[in-house]
Amino acid sequence: MPLLSLIVFTPLLAALMLVGIPREQAQALRRAALLFSLVPFALAVWLLLEFNGARGDLQWTERAAWIPRYGIHYMLGVDGISLFLVVLTTFLMPIVFLQAWDVHKRLKEYLVLLFVMETGMLGALVATDLFLFYVFWELMLIPMYFLIGIWGGERRIYAAIKLVLYTMAGSLLMLVAMIYLAIAHQQEVGQYSFAWEHLLQLRLPLETQRLLFAAFALAFAIKVPMFPLHTWLPDAHTEAPTGGSVILAAILLKMGTYGFLRFAIPLFPEVAVEAMPIIAVLAVIGIIYGALVCMVQPDLKRLVAYSSVSHLGFVMLGMAALNLQGVQGSLYQMLNHGLSTGGLFLAVGALYERRHTRLIAEFGGLWAPLPVYGALFLVVMLSSVGLPGLNGFVGEFLILLGAFGRFPWAAILGTTGVILGAVYLLWMFQRVMFGPVTNPENKSLKDLSVREIAMFAPLVVLFVFMGLYPKPFLVRMEPSVRLTLERVESRARSASSACNDGIACVARGGQR
Amino acid sequence: MAALTFPDVAWLPLLPLLVITGTTLLVLVADLFAEGPDYDALGWLGLIGLLLAVLTAVPLWNQSGTTLGGTLVLDRYGLFFTILFCVGSGLTVLLSMNYLETTDIRCGDYYTLILFSTIGMVLMATSLDLIVIFLGLEVMSVAAYALAGIWRTQVRSNEAALKYFILGAFASGFLLLGIALVFGATGETLLPRIGEVAAKGSAEQRLLLSVGAALLLVGFGFKVAAAPFHSWAPDVYEGAPTAVTAFMAAGIKAAAFAAFVRVFVDSLGPLAGDWRGALWFLAVLTMTVGNVSALVQRNIKRLLAYSSIAHAGYLLVGVVVGGESGSAALLFYLVVYTLMTLGAFGVVIALGRRGQPHEDLDDWAGVGLRSPFLGLAMTVFMLSLAGVPPLAGFMGKFYLFSAALEAGYVWLTVIAVVNSLVSVYYYVGVLVKMYMAEGGAEVETAAARPYLFATLVAALAGTLLLGLFPTPWFELARRSVESLAS
Repeated sequence: MPLLSLIVFTPLLAALMLVGIPREQAQALRRAALLFSLVPFALAVWLLLEFNGARGDLQWTERAAWIPRYGIHYMLGVDGISLFLVVLTTFLMPIVFLQAWDVHKRLKEYLVLLFVMETGMLGALVATDLFLFYVFWELMLIPMYFLIGIWGGERRIYAAIKLVLYTMAGSLLMLVAMIYLAIAHQQEVGQYSFAWEHLLQLRLPLETQRLLFAAFALAFAIKVPMFPLHTWLPDAHTEAPTGGSVILAAILLKMGTYGFLRFAIPLFPEVAVEAMPIIAVLAVIGIIYGALVCMVQPDLKRLVAYSSVSHLGFVMLGMAALNLQGVQGSLYQMLNHGLSTGGLFLAVGALYERRHTRLIAEFGGLWAPLPVYGALFLVVMLSSVGLPGLNGFVGEFLILLGAFGRFPWAAILGTTGVILGAVYLLWMFQRVMFGPVTNPENKSLKDLSVREIAMFAPLVVLFVFMGLYPKPFLVRMEPSVRLTLERVESRARSASSACNDGIACVARGGQR
Repeated sequence: MAALTFPDVAWLPLLPLLVITGTTLLVLVADLFAEGPDYDALGWLGLIGLLLAVLTAVPLWNQSGTTLGGTLVLDRYGLFFTILFCVGSGLTVLLSMNYLETTDIRCGDYYTLILFSTIGMVLMATSLDLIVIFLGLEVMSVAAYALAGIWRTQVRSNEAALKYFILGAFASGFLLLGIALVFGATGETLLPRIGEVAAKGSAEQRLLLSVGAALLLVGFGFKVAAAPFHSWAPDVYEGAPTAVTAFMAAGIKAAAFAAFVRVFVDSLGPLAGDWRGALWFLAVLTMTVGNVSALVQRNIKRLLAYSSIAHAGYLLVGVVVGGESGSAALLFYLVVYTLMTLGAFGVVIALGRRGQPHEDLDDWAGVGLRSPFLGLAMTVFMLSLAGVPPLAGFMGKFYLFSAALEAGYVWLTVIAVVNSLVSVYYYVGVLVKMYMAEGGAEVETAAARPYLFATLVAALAGTLLLGLFPTPWFELARRSVESLAS
């Protein structure tokens, strides 16, 4: 059964079905969207149950010819690296649709775009043909552009265009690199191929690999975003509507880190090993810089946005270590960041719905009028801080463990990021929630409705579960991570040994 | 002294051309008896004729041959373009039926001129003789000059016609001089024999031929609006009636490329070493000038004019690359380009009302949300022009750039890709206006103008279809260029 195709395209089907519901029936639209969004989630849960955790290679593969002339196929597959990201995506969408009860402007278009976006994201996660990946990769950009541009805040147009240009700038060069790979495959093997598994076998001259890696890494580093390519993120996040911010933080940013792990590193292992110190440095700068900016951020949403820069720095640091703990921690932290930052944006969004401002200075002492909100916000915030017992701790711990093995200095500097993270988040929470109610407007705020509690509840359950019992996740990730690392190591080793005996190295260099 | 001999005439290769010519004459005569104020009947007559031409062209797919002493040829390349031109002109006619009504261009000659222009295009694509190609070019162009000025009460339209005519005549001069030099070098106007001289001729012959080729390059460069011969395009595109602009941007450009490829890639291919460098430079210049100039445009027709210049630049990449993959990619791109350009201009027409053309981008504010179908259509066309997957424009660029990379033009590809990135800004800018700005003009719903609506749906369907399932269409293009020599 083409389970992956079903997961990818049921959201698109849902979008088409929503088109059929008249726009006047707002409530029906919202309910239908919520209901439809549960279908891909149910399918993803099924995938999770049926997934063979002992295998590291691609499972549930599908394949059909698309553009045979250039060896382009419709190829899908899932492994331990993408599995949980697929589940995360489908899991978060119903929550985002629950949040859509707060959306009143152009509701129908909003819901349709969210579904199109979901198809794009899921497709990018399970595509195993580079060309197909690129198509889905771009497909998710356009809805996000409209989400920010139409439903966003004051500077939405600026933010939307910035998002598009930044992302496109990276991805177009990636496309050129992809085509180059396919042509290289043709020259080496005799036929074009964009298939990930075929391109893994390519042996290109190191110089060429460096350029190609740079093209891929640029596209992904913009998406992550890594310092110094992060400047689009605070604008996009701040201006996006709450649902858009949640998706942007929780899933879109993961596409960058996922791209590194799936494409940039395994396809060019020799260069990846070379580049990892640079990435570690940038990651550490990101961690500390993001945290420092958070300290002085007067705007709640911008604060959460910059905290993403810091947290994604951890994800990249773990990946840069290129050992089992580091990469597993990095993957685990992707999920954590998705859940906790998604939660933070929901929390900020809920406040914004009530007060139409995001300035920390406007709040204070909110615990008194909003006790339920306060409790949930607290858990979300602590998960983001990385409190032991909650999910964030497991990821950060593994990452630092892995990074210490490879780059001790980076791990040490990164640890200060953990401390800074606790400082800015706790300080923010204190200023918003504790103390006396300084602003009279905040006295009569209404606490969370049942619907809003339902948005946070699944997140909180997962925070605790993933914090206390990470094993079911890590076990399923491990074989795939191992396989990736083995590939990288064997390639990198053979490259360095080839260069050690001199002659082969010269021959290799001379091929160009 | 030999008696004047008439060449044998094989009628089969002439069939589509004859059908179009017959239709044209029929419409010309019918116009005498047609009573205004609207001339839809003439449009329908033209449409039926174009459809018939397509129907006669399709069964010829597996045939080949030449006629009239080798000046006209029946090959897949010619048929491919014949069908493309018929589709392009057909959509233009369909588009025009509602347009003429809102602009009060009440004259039946409009359809006759479009058909005449189509005859010229088909001649250009199916001819193997430089003189006949020139003839086709003039038939096409003269009709287009008249079309540009057909909105007689509008000063802009008059200006456009005059400008187009004067600069066009100048370019024709270059083309003719080029043909004369080529003739001087080879003693031939038939392309296959010119190709022989290009391949095996003496150094002197080849030198003269190269000079001739340079002049031909200028002539064709003007017609496809390649920089630095593009300066007429924005003014003419802006001034001409919008339906005519669509026709010029799509059909006339495609026809010029049809002859361009036939002459340069096919016949002058052996001299590629001489002209390829110049063309490489032209391609880069054209796309860069087009895209950068488009960034600052506030008038949608001027914006699309510069966008069409930029696309001529991408298409030139196909000519530079040449060979089977380059030419096939170019043909595929032309189909895609025709559809999305006609579609985009269709939306421009749809937004206009009697006396209010709404060509300023500020008039477009909020239209996307008020008129969902037009918004969706323009979104698809703009994103396709920008090259966003999975739309046709992306596939077209993919084939073109792949061919270029394959042939080793890495820098050309990178420049083209960077250009695509620049273009995203202004295409998305249109969408920003349509969806994210407040105010703007009221528009009629698309359904109120059935012909226009049909054109948009057709262009939309094509843009999606060629994007999602490009393979069969690209195969058609590939098999069409097989008949070219190189």
